[in-house]
Amino acid sequence: MSEFLSMGGYGLYVWTSWGVGIALMIALLIQSVSAARSAAREAEATEQLSPRRRRRKAEVE
Amino acid sequence: MHRFANPTRFLRLAAAVLPFSAAVAALCLGAGLVWGLFFAPPDYQQGDTVRIMFIHVPSAMMAMGVYAGMAISSAIALIWRHAIADLIAKASAPIGATFTFICLLTGSLWGKPMWGTWWVWDARLTSMLIMLFIYLGYMALWQAFDDQTKAARAAAILALVGAINLPVIKFSVEWWNTLHQPASLITMEGPKIHESLLWPLLLMIVGFGAYYLTVLIFRVRAEIHQRRTRMLRMAQADRHNAMQAAD
Repeated sequence: MSEFLSMGGYGLYVWTSWGVGIALMIALLIQSVSAARSAAREAEATEQLSPRRRRRKAEVE
Repeated sequence: MHRFANPTRFLRLAAAVLPFSAAVAALCLGAGLVWGLFFAPPDYQQGDTVRIMFIHVPSAMMAMGVYAGMAISSAIALIWRHAIADLIAKASAPIGATFTFICLLTGSLWGKPMWGTWWVWDARLTSMLIMLFIYLGYMALWQAFDDQTKAARAAAILALVGAINLPVIKFSVEWWNTLHQPASLITMEGPKIHESLLWPLLLMIVGFGAYYLTVLIFRVRAEIHQRRTRMLRMAQADRHNAMQAAD
């Protein structure tokens, strides 16, 4: 196990590469999903404030 | 192409694609990780540092691929006033910037033990760093305008001008003397990488591509909803003003 972690003496380089790479990609994914959700909620809430006639027009946009 | 300029239709198509792109991304990245870290043999010259390649090469390819996609979307947005193309370009930039950063970081982490230096100012590394700055500048330019139409146009022009950097990156290893090795995957004679390392690499490349598509769908969704909110608010403000004028 410790042999695997040491990566032939290059453990620091290999694990930092994979660790930071995976962390950044997961962070970007989470941020993108939550941005999509909150933007959808906000659009929905704003639409509630508009009368029906206008709402149809906005949907076409 | 204009079929997909309709946001409702685009959202429907994206919702159909999303489960597949997410599944492919999860499976390929998961399998690539296990294969690349546990089963692939160490390289006879590079030892275990070759495992960094499984992240470095896909992120480099995607950094450039995303930029190419961003430039093409920008051209479509500029020429045909396509309603979704500018949002696809805008949504791509943070993903491309992340890939570029991962590429530079992992390259540096490989360079230290193998070249003996974290960084050299040679053509390949410098042109890649410039691409990171172009991505960041493109994102900043979108923020610099209140008028989204003007922002879209300015950003699209920047994306197109910055595309000059793509062939510079690609051919930098042939045009100039550099520490960076020449292409070994996409060559006229086929891949020059041993099969034991090639398969996990291909898995990671497909995984990175599917990951991009998945994240892109979420980001374009966010953009479409934000634009709808802006339009509704403008319509509400117009109505409010019209009512006040009538009084």
